[in-house]
Amino acid sequence: MEAFYSLANGLTVAIQPMNLLFALIGVLLGTAVGVLPGIGPALTVALLLPITFKLDPAGSIIMFAGIYYGGMYGGSTTAILINTPGESASMATALEGNKMAKAGRGGPALATSAIGSFVAGTIATLGLTFLAPYLVDIAVSFGPEDYFALMCVAFVTVSATFGDSPVRGLTSLFIGLTLGLVGIDILSGQSRLSFGIPELYDNIEVTTLAVGLFAIGEALYVASRRHIQEEKLEPVRGSLWMTKEDWKRSWKPWLRGTAFGFPIGALPAGGAEIPTFLSYSTERRLTKHPEEFGHGAIEGVAGPEAANNASAAGTLVPLLTLGLPTSATAAMLLAGFQQYGLNPGPLLFADQPNLVWGLIASLFIANAMLLVLNLPLVGLWVRLLAIPQPWLYAGILVFATIGTIAANPSPVELIMLTVFGVLGFLMRRFDFPIAPVVVGLILGPIAESQLRRALSISLGDPMVLLQSPISATLLAIALIALVLPFVMKGMGRFKAVED
Amino acid sequence: MSQFRKSLWRGALAAAAVAGFVTSAAAQMELKIMAPAAPGGGWDQTARSMQQAFTQAGIAKSVQVTNVPGAGGSIGIAQLVNNSKGDGNQLMVMGYVMVGALLTNKSPITLDQTTPIARLTTEYEAIVVPADSPIKNAKDLAAAIKADPAKVTWAGGSAGGVDHIAAALFAKAAGADPTKINYIPFSGGGEALAAILGGKVTAGISGYGEFESQVKAGKLRLIGLTSATKTANVDVPSIKEQGIDLEIANWRAVVAPPGISADQKKALTEAVDKLAKSKEWQEILKAKGWEDAYVSGDAFTKILNDEIARTKEVLTAVGLVKS
Repeated sequence: MEAFYSLANGLTVAIQPMNLLFALIGVLLGTAVGVLPGIGPALTVALLLPITFKLDPAGSIIMFAGIYYGGMYGGSTTAILINTPGESASMATALEGNKMAKAGRGGPALATSAIGSFVAGTIATLGLTFLAPYLVDIAVSFGPEDYFALMCVAFVTVSATFGDSPVRGLTSLFIGLTLGLVGIDILSGQSRLSFGIPELYDNIEVTTLAVGLFAIGEALYVASRRHIQEEKLEPVRGSLWMTKEDWKRSWKPWLRGTAFGFPIGALPAGGAEIPTFLSYSTERRLTKHPEEFGHGAIEGVAGPEAANNASAAGTLVPLLTLGLPTSATAAMLLAGFQQYGLNPGPLLFADQPNLVWGLIASLFIANAMLLVLNLPLVGLWVRLLAIPQPWLYAGILVFATIGTIAANPSPVELIMLTVFGVLGFLMRRFDFPIAPVVVGLILGPIAESQLRRALSISLGDPMVLLQSPISATLLAIALIALVLPFVMKGMGRFKAVED
Repeated sequence: MSQFRKSLWRGALAAAAVAGFVTSAAAQMELKIMAPAAPGGGWDQTARSMQQAFTQAGIAKSVQVTNVPGAGGSIGIAQLVNNSKGDGNQLMVMGYVMVGALLTNKSPITLDQTTPIARLTTEYEAIVVPADSPIKNAKDLAAAIKADPAKVTWAGGSAGGVDHIAAALFAKAAGADPTKINYIPFSGGGEALAAILGGKVTAGISGYGEFESQVKAGKLRLIGLTSATKTANVDVPSIKEQGIDLEIANWRAVVAPPGISADQKKALTEAVDKLAKSKEWQEILKAKGWEDAYVSGDAFTKILNDEIARTKEVLTAVGLVKS
């Protein structure tokens, strides 16, 4: 109950007109940078830190929270409309969302993403309010072996992103895993597959790969098809808003997405990508409309979008309770706290209750503001699709390039972007799915380094993977998820024979 | 008015303008500071804090901060040496981590090619153990390492970084073989801290700032800092005072491009000298919890060369650099 009183106190801090203004500036900035590929919320907060030095601590931290949540919204808008995920966490959204937009259902896709983000953000912020102290104990007890087991679950479920052919899907996944090896190996400090090019020492940037494969590849593909047949895009077909059917199909994915996003986001090495893919594959399995997946199923947008925003709130659990920054943006928020002489950690809730609860309350407000801002914009955003294709795709090429160069000012990065763009074009041309490449790049290095860490700690004993209860449970889930489809198939055949 | 008088007037005006320009020349410096890392990290924060103090104290007219991330600063230093040669307005932030990164990355560019200006701040490394660990002090930890270095697991930052080097030096000072240490690198962002809090490893090593709030809350036990003597902000004697001969600090400094004239070097050094003494800079140090370690000129060049030699020795010993 104490949390309620504290939260009410926090609301009185957050609702002061100046702080509301800061929250508004934050969400506007956040949405703007989320829309541009490459420029994420972390960079924005970094650039603003010296400017906000003179401001009141509560106000600027509330603004940073707005940027953080706003960035998560903005990234999905471009993912849906022009197949260009603003950051890796909105990649799963692009899979179905862009198909929906092409079928004239961009309106409902944006709406389910905005409302789902709001629902997930609100539930997850409630979770942050009441569960943070308990959740953090579990999060800290997650060891390297448990992360490895979680990655195994993720690997088994990514097959949902494979499209129709497992062989093509696996080929894509292995391209991604290979790209994941490039750079300095975190455990030994030796460089692999980097051919002495210093830019490759830092591993391949996920956004460069995603923007290259998705945006540049798409632009090249569309250009190559133009002489055959010009694709006519209708910005709106049917209702601009979500129909009753859309609501019915969205609410469960929102809740399930939140259930994936919040706890995994709270893990120190959890991140936002894994829950979005887990959510996508779950929805694909549970849907009553499997034929729509791959052609624009609303569940495939609703789930990952909710997971994405819930994980953003989850990240704040270790940040506020332990002072553990678990994402680039969280690290910037931490720097922001320290700038005002505040040390997030076990003592922060006791030392600075007004600030912490003001921040949590402002997350609720930022969330509501984003919904109010974004829903009326849906109609405007879908008009983007009415822009003649050559102009639209030329614009995408310009923004994708500027975003990449802004994040990493180096010619090598630009060459990589182009190479990945050509790769994306070829994969589209020959019908290979694109998402598994990015999934491989994200999951491969995590799985590898966590396994090696676990073995290093256990002095080389592989049994450590089964001795930890969390890891043993997760590995069992992975095994069941792997075997079950085959068993079901076999049972089906068995039944057929029996009949 | 005669022609003569007119030209006299003009000359006087011009002279006045020149004089005005000369007196304010120092304040008119237009500096560029490169942070050879992505926004948000320690080097970036140092560069942006310098920008803030330089302009607020009126030492420079404008300061532009650029980020060139990648490979522990190897990409940034390559740009500084290749593209900014002879530019008397350019500075680059760097630190101890870059010394190791250039060696492990076999960078063709070395710090000898830059013009050292000054060391700004320093942060001591802290060794911590989980609160319920049987290890109570540096002697206990040294004994455990001497018994079997592989059984003592260390969690810290990237391989070859200052944490790794400090762990190797601790083992060496404890009388164990530094090549046998079981050091487990974590990527930044608190992953190492989570592993220590969760009791997955024997000990953790990183800058004290990373552990401070956990130590104060009683969740971690501080074994000691790697300073020469006990510092004011902790209750525990330094590791060296506990009888283990280990002294290391993670410092940050600024260097200038190669090929600048002696006058340009002097102007830059004077500007940074003024910065270090300014009220604005001192306030930033206090707010960020950075320890002032200002050394400029030849004294800094000597420190830099000593650190390069020692780091090369340690990294060769742990097998990260092939001699």
